Amino acid sequence: MVKFENKEALESYIQELQATAQSPDKGLISLCSGPGCIIHNSDKIRDTLTEEMGKHGIADKYEIRLTGCHGYCEQGPIMVIDPGGIFYPKVELENIPEIVEKTLVNNEPAEKLLFKNPATKKRVVREEDVPFYKLQTRSIFGKNRLIDPNSIDNYLAVGGYQSLAKALFEMKPKEIIAEIKNANLRGRGGGGFPAAIKWDSCSRHKGPKYVICNADEGDPGAYMDRGLLEGNPHLIIEGMLIGAFAMGSHDGYVYVRHEYPLAVANLAKAIDHAKQYGLLGENILGSGFDFDLHISKGGGAFVCGESTALMASLEGKPGRPRAKYIHTSEKGFRDSPSNLNNVETWANVPLIIDKGAQWYASMGTEYSKGTKIFSLVGKVVNTGLVEVPMGTTLREIIFDIGGGIPKKKQFKAVQTGGPSGGCIPEQFLDTPVDFDELTKLGSIMGSGGMIVMDQDTCMVDVARYFIEFLVDESCGQCNPCREGLKQMMAVLSRICEGNGKKGDIELLEELGTMMQKFSLCGLGTSAPNPVLTTILYFRDEYEAHIYDKKCPAGVCKPLFYYEIDEEACNGCTLCAKKCPQEAISGEKKEPHEIDQENCIKCGICYDICKFDAIAIR
Amino acid sequence: MAYNNDIDWEKLDDIIDEYNSDKESLLMILQDINELYNYVPPETIPVLAQKLNVPKSMIYSVATFYKTISLEPRGKYIINVCTGTACHVRGAEKIIDAVHDNLQIDTGQTTQDSLFTLETVRCLGCCAAGPVFTVNKNMHGGLDRSSALNIIDDYKKNAS
Repeated sequence: MVKFENKEALESYIQELQATAQSPDKGLISLCSGPGCIIHNSDKIRDTLTEEMGKHGIADKYEIRLTGCHGYCEQGPIMVIDPGGIFYPKVELENIPEIVEKTLVNNEPAEKLLFKNPATKKRVVREEDVPFYKLQTRSIFGKNRLIDPNSIDNYLAVGGYQSLAKALFEMKPKEIIAEIKNANLRGRGGGGFPAAIKWDSCSRHKGPKYVICNADEGDPGAYMDRGLLEGNPHLIIEGMLIGAFAMGSHDGYVYVRHEYPLAVANLAKAIDHAKQYGLLGENILGSGFDFDLHISKGGGAFVCGESTALMASLEGKPGRPRAKYIHTSEKGFRDSPSNLNNVETWANVPLIIDKGAQWYASMGTEYSKGTKIFSLVGKVVNTGLVEVPMGTTLREIIFDIGGGIPKKKQFKAVQTGGPSGGCIPEQFLDTPVDFDELTKLGSIMGSGGMIVMDQDTCMVDVARYFIEFLVDESCGQCNPCREGLKQMMAVLSRICEGNGKKGDIELLEELGTMMQKFSLCGLGTSAPNPVLTTILYFRDEYEAHIYDKKCPAGVCKPLFYYEIDEEACNGCTLCAKKCPQEAISGEKKEPHEIDQENCIKCGICYDICKFDAIAIR
Repeated sequence: MAYNNDIDWEKLDDIIDEYNSDKESLLMILQDINELYNYVPPETIPVLAQKLNVPKSMIYSVATFYKTISLEPRGKYIINVCTGTACHVRGAEKIIDAVHDNLQIDTGQTTQDSLFTLETVRCLGCCAAGPVFTVNKNMHGGLDRSSALNIIDDYKKNAS
């Protein structure tokens, strides 16, 4: 076991690792084992691969590396083979023999298993040429595919912990903070607050101080932090170490969701390895700097993403926020100066120290620098994690990288920023995405959740969905949030049930404005955003629900029914076979009919009909 | 104090020791107990209060504040339907309805034979595979009504 006594020992070890990694004798098979790919049996793929390679006697020619998420979750399980970066999407067990024989033995791509570019219909060989990746700038997330998260050596081989060495031996704490300031690194958790201001403030206080990583990724539909923490935990540790050194802290915590067991496990191992190597603990790299890092598991409370609530939770108490008359950088965890940043913010730190603030600030817009990872999900062809420079437009992200809307449906809106964000309609698709531009539209960039919605999504239902979420998650301390949400929920529910009244829209607006002004914490002040933006951009849908008693998208069950369009139906009988209620009848090759008495509006017929013959009325 | 025979008090001590009887670790201690028994048996609370030197009210306060802790016994198989936004727009509601129709339990309830508990979770972070649910630690993705019911049937068969 190595324990680096000084900077030189680390550097020579890294050089050795890099020399072996570049050896032409050994290839690398990188197999994505992110949660999306595990569902599709990526672990069994490894076993079959090992077996097949054994049959050909080439088991020692390639290293199989189970890595964290590669980002292109839609195409999982993903395999990339080096040298050459040959990309195989949606790998199935029966494909393995062909891949082994053609690519590993004969050094040629297995043509039929390659990715097919839907635009050109041509096969793409290399990972970097796949349109989804080609249009991204993956300066943070791109390393995931080279790293087995349980191997600290893999991280060192890509230059890991060199930024830490640079910070410890070549920079003064003040210079580090200045670098972060010049890079204009803003908090990726949602607030977009300049990290350097918090760091600077925390560094000026005396006594024990804490650095904390917020990995309580609570926004539904967002999993960037999960991807980073599971796939590249040392990157977060290194970022926190640099921050701790800059602020003079010797103790840190990562507050991670209980719902992310793999992230907890990978991080725990990474902390152990870093301690063994002398990169955590006492006298790190012989610099005299001490730092210890602990894991604390959250308990499934969304409000714990708020800094003061998170710190209360770290102390073993219920996670209720407090008013921030005194900032946490002065009095936070254990009443000591504490600095909280989220996973992605910490992940940016080593990069800034390594390449410099000037390089970093060359990416992005005037006030939002660097890249941002988005979780592109919902009704979009290429679900996955996307990293682009700040200022990339919504259209580029959703259509060029995301591949647009599946099943030839119409784009309706994109929801950004989770429950604190809002829904942005089509006319703003060319908006450059950064902290300030999305705020102008009534939404927020938030932590990077981007949920695409199509014509079949009801905007009133979406608003109700978020308010229902927030009713559950409000800590209940302050009246405006607790009661405001409850009343909003009552109004939205009656609208969705067909009992909406004249004046309900105005009532929602009034409640929303009140909550924005008077709630205690960020959860309450931002909670009305999903309602207010949907009213702003989709008022007609609210009106259809209230006045016409119709749900145009066919989601709110009391407000629509399915009917078979006689002209479009060719009597294929598929819907009749699949109907769980046996409510559809008709002769073969003749238009069918739905018995409205028996129909439970489960939507199976609507989803499976290939002729668009099921109509929403 | 009435000691419940179903509770392994030594194991409980081990858990508390693992966290050095630190009251700041209360939530994680409760989570470990929750994992062991599928819920936090109320009998453990006075013992915890004494060993961690915190009032019982604090333990109840923490146990009821956090969603991952249950004070009610739960089934052998806990079905956790993801209701994150991506799963929601892809039809998570239909999956909940299917489970509800099949097992005759609402969210938060346990079947009479104590086999299944139905719960929801706000995003498991596997949005590409949505709608998703977990049954204990196993994840199942790309669900629709019939595949969800098939999976539940498999667990029923395994149990019998």
